[in-house]
Amino acid sequence: MKHLLSVTDLDAAAATRLLDTSDRLKQALLGREVRKLPTLRGRTVITMFYENSTRTRVSFEVAGKWMSADTVNVSSSGSSVAKGESLRDTALTLSAMGADCVIVRHPASGSAHRLAAWMDGASADRDANTTGTHTSIVNAGDGTHEHPTQALLDAATLRDRLGEIAGRRIGIVGDVLHSRVARSNVFLLATLGAEVVLVAPPTLLPVGVSQWPCRVGSDLDAELAGLDAVMMLRVQAERMHGSFFPSAREYTIGYGLSAARAARLPGHAVVLHPGPMVRGMEIAPAVADGPSSAILAQVSNGVHIRMAVLYHLLAGAPE
Amino acid sequence: MADDRRGDVDNAEAPGRELLSAADVTRTIARIAHQIIEKTADVADVVLIGIPTRGAVLARRLAATIAAFEGRELAVGAVDPTLYRDDLRRKPARALGDTTVPDVGLDDALVVLVDDVLMSGRTVRAALDALAEHGRPRSVQLAVLVDRGHRELPIRANYVGKNVPTARDEQILVLLSEIDGRDGVRLRPAPAGERT
Repeated sequence: MKHLLSVTDLDAAAATRLLDTSDRLKQALLGREVRKLPTLRGRTVITMFYENSTRTRVSFEVAGKWMSADTVNVSSSGSSVAKGESLRDTALTLSAMGADCVIVRHPASGSAHRLAAWMDGASADRDANTTGTHTSIVNAGDGTHEHPTQALLDAATLRDRLGEIAGRRIGIVGDVLHSRVARSNVFLLATLGAEVVLVAPPTLLPVGVSQWPCRVGSDLDAELAGLDAVMMLRVQAERMHGSFFPSAREYTIGYGLSAARAARLPGHAVVLHPGPMVRGMEIAPAVADGPSSAILAQVSNGVHIRMAVLYHLLAGAPE
Repeated sequence: MADDRRGDVDNAEAPGRELLSAADVTRTIARIAHQIIEKTADVADVVLIGIPTRGAVLARRLAATIAAFEGRELAVGAVDPTLYRDDLRRKPARALGDTTVPDVGLDDALVVLVDDVLMSGRTVRAALDALAEHGRPRSVQLAVLVDRGHRELPIRANYVGKNVPTARDEQILVLLSEIDGRDGVRLRPAPAGERT
């Protein structure tokens, strides 16, 4: 693995390898006073975030630190990005400083792929006098396209709670149109053998969703009883330039996970949310904090999954 | 870990010369169990820690054997040394093994590390580092089924099942029924083209 740009680059074996490594790392750190592994000593990991984030940026940073990598954060506001430097120049600068891995979040779909191509080109014709090494790119969310580590941590959480993913039916509910989390999850969960059902208002489904490896429904109540897990998506108001539904209240009535709806899920069903939650909109507080919620488990698994990704990208010799 | 020359190679075919038969393996484990009992005043505070994959199986067998002799169940666990290896950057990322520290913990315990084949000593070095993260044992000893020489670090086993002089490019295959369907230890010449 050279970069992690899209879950579609992972086949079932590669995805399972990452999930297994994540479980092993969790196991190796369990109950330890000092959560520090020497594995990535001397490696430099830079997070470059052009969009707001709490859990993704912090968990990548924690993952790097727990494995003894040097982690550095670049945000668009405090850096030369604010002076007008392009994404390409910023990334090449970081690579020339010796970054082994750049973790990028950017509002433009496809930005991680562009960066990876630039990095591969840069390492091919780099002057031997610069300190730059080959730089791996990890996509930490590019526009409305993909968020692979989120899908991996969701898969890890589902495997924890359900025992296995193959054959399970997983509902993804809400603003699919603007959700990179939904897209990554549909493709990864399908690769791992799950049956995925998207439930969303027709206005919040992307063009071409019929080509995705999933079923599409619009009646949440009709699906609830058959789901092994339900993943609620945040309504991404910041990406909405138009009216997609009449009102927040109407959205909640049609697609929100209320306590009454959660009660109709099978007893073993798991409730997921990638965060940040808008409590009372897509998910009721009683459900978010209820016994079937795995929302905080998702966050802890996020650190281990990101450690696994860094391990597979940086620990070994280039494949 | 098919490529680390320690014995965890693909054992499906298992050609080569037989060093230990299935009965020899059982006898050897029994002998090591007796030596551990002999060398320790009280077996109760011994914790057996295997190095995955086959060392962990051997640790469980040793525990069962000691339990049969002494009537005491020892604490058994496994510690995966992979994250502490000094040669990670030489090969593509390896799969990680099982790490299970027994509930009694390792503080002030007499830990016996268990592995199948001892060669360079680098795996044991990494395992000692990994072990130290989980507690501070009173003492650490090492038990191996086969010592094949070629040490690269000052590490010596306290209990050795069989000393086998080998050429560097030969392979030792340790077969254990839990993993391979049968017991045995075989010596295989290096496959053509893989000589180092």
